[in-house]
This record gives sequence, structure tokens and C-alpha cells, in this order.
Amino acid sequence: MDDFIVAGKHYSSRLLVGTGKYKDFNETRAAIEASGAQIITIAIRRTNIGQNPNEPSLLDVLPPSHYTLLPNTAGCYSAEEAIRTLRLARELLDGHSLVKLEVLGDPRTLFPNVVETIKAAEILVKENFQVMVYTSDDPIIAKQLEEIGCVAIMPLASLIGSGMGILNPWNLQIIIDNSQIPVLVDAGVGTASDAAIAMELGCDGVLMNTAIAAAQNPIMMASAMRKAVEAGREAYLAGRMTKKTYSASPSSPSEGILPVQPK
Amino acid sequence: MLQVTINGQPHHFDNPLSLQQLLEHMSIQNKRIAVERNGEIVPRSQFTLQTLSDGDQLEIVVAVGGG
Repeated sequence: MDDFIVAGKHYSSRLLVGTGKYKDFNETRAAIEASGAQIITIAIRRTNIGQNPNEPSLLDVLPPSHYTLLPNTAGCYSAEEAIRTLRLARELLDGHSLVKLEVLGDPRTLFPNVVETIKAAEILVKENFQVMVYTSDDPIIAKQLEEIGCVAIMPLASLIGSGMGILNPWNLQIIIDNSQIPVLVDAGVGTASDAAIAMELGCDGVLMNTAIAAAQNPIMMASAMRKAVEAGREAYLAGRMTKKTYSASPSSPSEGILPVQPK
Repeated sequence: MLQVTINGQPHHFDNPLSLQQLLEHMSIQNKRIAVERNGEIVPRSQFTLQTLSDGDQLEIVVAVGGG
């Protein structure tokens, strides 16, 4: 079995998905089912006081008994805010310790603040959180986060929600080659081929939200992403042919070709 | 008279009440929530034991969709 293993737990799916930006909970549930994802990210926010208490909540639709929930720190701009959010998440989810850390640096680009990310990771690891960490595609920072004790490194492929795809496969490759822990592309995937490319590079998984939620047909895109991640993984395991720059090689035998007829 | 700030909004209560009573008053006692009181997380087991004080700052959070 080619399981994805993170923090000691086995998963058959290498596609992790977010739960934001969907039209309603029905669409959220249908898309997540179609994606086959087993690990799904959630956000922690103030409860809306005075709303109808009978209104279903996200965790009614996506119960922790069916999915591994990955609370994130989206919207946090300092180590302190991120740590506070994840402590609340742990209380909310009865001691659950697997989390996604992201500390943002700038609201326009949502680029990660790696200095604050490292600070937060150090404290969270000491508090026994299992930290999957969103970061830039800087291989040195990725290595430092691994050394701190994070359980997965999640570099961006391009900006969050941009759908720009994999802009720097070379850096991702260095991070993958250097890492002893899972590497997942988190952010920037726009369509199925992007997810496949990430997996072909040797990523252990891909995390995405907008690429599915903002598709014209999110449920069909979720299914496409599932296949793309599987196809990319198989291609990686199969080992691609060597590229032959400027030198073609025919696929059909060169012997027995009919002779050129004299004119 | 008691003033408690809940998620940034001031709320007034005539009589002393526990955190559990406040959650019941808001009809969210059965929801999956986490509560922070004056910057400290309150474990669920403490909800009935903690009586709110004038000037308390509460943050009550839930899980929502996110990426």
C-alpha cells in the first residue's frame, strides 16, 4: 500500500482540501466527498451571536468521526495570534493536536511571514502540537521548520487563492530532496495538471481549497483533482523516462521499413 | 448589574451567572465551541464552575469553513 503517512497516521488519499468559499454546506459536503480527501482544513472564528441556534454548523456536516480535521490559523499575522487560535482549536476539538500553521505577512499577497512562522512553530511543537506548516518555497526555511519538529512542510506553489500553478518547481524539488518529513504543496494550484505536476515532482500530497471551490463545477473539479493527485503519484512512483533534449527516438522499429520505391 | 464583553460586543446582565448559564441564555450550550475568558481558555468541565465577573472579556469560537 502506498499510504500517505503524517504524524504516524496512515491515509489512502494524498489530496487534502479546505472547506471555505463554497456556496453552502451541501456543496461543501459533495465536493469533499468527490475529492476523496480524508484530511480537511477548517478555520476558527468568533461565533455569530444571535444566529439561529438550530442552524447546522460545519462540524455537523463534516463530522470529526469521518474526517481528520486540520484547524488552520488563516488570517493570523503574528506568532501570538496563531498560537492562541490553535490552543482554542485544540479545546474545541477535544485535545486534537494535528494542526495547520500559517502566519501571514501581508494581506494583499497573503505571503507567509516565515520569521513569525518559525517562532510559532517552536512554541507549538513544545506544547505537543503536530504542526503541518505553510511556508514559502525557501529550502533553508523549510529545513529549519523540519528541524524544529514540524510533521509536514507545506510550501506554496504560488499565492493563496491565485490559481497560478507551480511557479518554481526547482525550489520545490530542492525542498523535497532535502526533507525527511512529508512535503505538500499548499496554495496556488489552479487546475488538475498543477496538482499532477506537484505529485510528479515527488510531493507527498497537495492541499487546496480555491481551485475546487471556485471552479464552475466544484464537484467535478474535486473529482478531477482526486484523479490528478493519483495520476501524478503513480507517474512519480513509475519513474518517468529520461528527457532527451534535441534527440528524438522513434517508438516503432527501424528495421523492416518498406524501401523507398525508385521513381 | 454586570457587563461582559462577548466577542467584542458589550452585554448586560442583572444577576450573577455562570459561564454555563450564559451559554444557555445564548442557546449555544450544545454547540461545539471553545471559550476564552480574559485571555485564558476555559475547559468545558469548568463552564458550570466559573461565575462571570463584571468587565470579563469572553471570546467564543466555532469551526467554520476555511482553507
